[in-house]
Amino acid sequence: MKKIIYSILGLLLVCAGLAYCVHRLDQPKISTQKKSLIIFNWGDYIDPDLIKKFEKESGYHVIYETFDSNEAMYTKIKQGGTAYDITIPSEYMVAKMKKAHLLDKLDLTKIPNLKNINPNFLNKSFDPSNEYSVPYFWGTLGVVYNDRYVKANEIKTWNDLWNKKFRHQILLVDSARDAMGLSLVSLGYSMNTTNPVRLKLSLTKLNALAPNVKAIISDEMKMYLSQNEAKLGITWSGEAHEMMENNPHLHYLIPSPASNLWFDNLVIPKTAKNKKAAYQFINFMLRPKNAAQNAKYIGYATPNEKALRYLPKNLKENKQFYPDKRTLSHLEVYRDLGPKTTQEYNDLFLEFKMNAR
Amino acid sequence: MFSKKTRTLFIVPYLLWIFLFVILPILLILWYSFTDSNNHFTLANFALFFKNGTFLKMMLNSFWYALIITVVTLLISYPAAYFLTKVKNSQIWLLLIILPTWINLLLKAYAFIGIFSNGGLFNQFLHLFGIGPVNFLFTDFAFIFVASYIEIPFMILPIYSAIKEINPNLIQASEDLGASHWQTFKYVLWPLSRPGVESGIQAIFIPSLSLFMLTRLIGGNKVITLGTAIEEYFMTTMNWNMGSTIGVILIALMVIVMLVTGKTRKRKKVNL
Repeated sequence: MKKIIYSILGLLLVCAGLAYCVHRLDQPKISTQKKSLIIFNWGDYIDPDLIKKFEKESGYHVIYETFDSNEAMYTKIKQGGTAYDITIPSEYMVAKMKKAHLLDKLDLTKIPNLKNINPNFLNKSFDPSNEYSVPYFWGTLGVVYNDRYVKANEIKTWNDLWNKKFRHQILLVDSARDAMGLSLVSLGYSMNTTNPVRLKLSLTKLNALAPNVKAIISDEMKMYLSQNEAKLGITWSGEAHEMMENNPHLHYLIPSPASNLWFDNLVIPKTAKNKKAAYQFINFMLRPKNAAQNAKYIGYATPNEKALRYLPKNLKENKQFYPDKRTLSHLEVYRDLGPKTTQEYNDLFLEFKMNAR
Repeated sequence: MFSKKTRTLFIVPYLLWIFLFVILPILLILWYSFTDSNNHFTLANFALFFKNGTFLKMMLNSFWYALIITVVTLLISYPAAYFLTKVKNSQIWLLLIILPTWINLLLKAYAFIGIFSNGGLFNQFLHLFGIGPVNFLFTDFAFIFVASYIEIPFMILPIYSAIKEINPNLIQASEDLGASHWQTFKYVLWPLSRPGVESGIQAIFIPSLSLFMLTRLIGGNKVITLGTAIEEYFMTTMNWNMGSTIGVILIALMVIVMLVTGKTRKRKKVNL
């Protein structure tokens, strides 16, 4: 009995000691010298030269940390103990973080360079009048095809993907929202459908696509398509851009009738410690020349209208990544559907994966 | 050498380890699985699991794949282990078998992607015979092949040590007394090497239930096990309660497997 009491006491003591250490370790992080700016971004999602330029210009030291999914970023910020000054969530995650009170309201008077942004990309449903976010890059969901095996006119609508001749040839992005979304669109429904019957219907339709689906993957898709492992891939424009740089036979298109329009956005989390630097950084990134340099490096489409002037012609006139107004008007932005419907989308997608063999 | 008190102190680091990284996490998972997102007690998660056909199918799927992987590795490993006890320099052979386990699992998976791809080694070999590119990647075959490859050392080693411990006189006696090769195997070798087989099965079947990195990289997410579902519930939808419920059920399945394979056999009379 005594032994047990001793060991429990010992355990408690050690726990207390650990808790104290955590406390001590956390403190310097929170009161980091006012001289640094901590950015929490996707991997390889900014031109490193721009960070150097910003450091030189402002005198702040930039600490750059990365995440690989919106959800991972959300969890980390929600759990606290972090002091990120800037992070870059996608649009539905902006809405979600807003709801969870994780974002700091922006003082737009401190961001004069917001005027450089194309008004078409401002005031979107996920963040009316841009109270919390500034668009960073935007893009679409579409199809990458290899012109050695597939002709451009063979895929005009999403429904063409169901064609028997593409049996076992499509790589599908591993994302519930996008997979269900394209099925919904092919049925003529909205990508933000919440009606359970329509969702069930779209699952049935997606199941019919299963024989054509070779694999459901995310990052590895770039490698497989570049190596001609499959004829078609369903993915985001940004990913497509990277593959096309590695393999000139690849092309990107947005099937009709509709598709998804996504945004990645600069936001300031509530836990930010150096807001002054954060505003300075946002303004810096919104400068036309910097935005153009970044867009050239990353290859995604910039919402910065004034930056287009500094982009090479073949980039900004590339219809694949800067679609015309008519296509743009058909694109839909994802709304945050709330936990229940999000779960429904994911459950249905899991069911699809189960039956995909 | 040490007083009794100091000796009991030695166990403290290990106790701490067990408590912080084994007992506490299991308790946490149990807590999550029996509560809803508002921390109220509920059995709804378990009800959902057993009412929802998808989960049950997924469970059967996990079981089925784990079973196939175990059977394949056993069929390859038992003869290999027997062979190893008979060769001269078995230490070198053993080293060769253990060597691949020193390489990171992820690297091995990526190597197999290269081997199985359209322009990969397998297809180049088939091309020599005019068989034109066969799709190996993202098939059941590829998944089971790679999973078995990775697990084989963990099956060979326990069987090898079990067979090694058998007194060779027993085998000779059996043969002297007129038993056929098959009878010797069935009534002498197999029963005596059973403990090794059992621990091999435990070492493979249980982790195979939740293999999930391979299902993604080699199976292309078309092979779905409970591990995939857990990842999705924790990472994508952040429904930790349901994710924990699947985890608890997986733990229960593992315990059942342990009990079934580990139970001590009573001595039984043999009728030849």
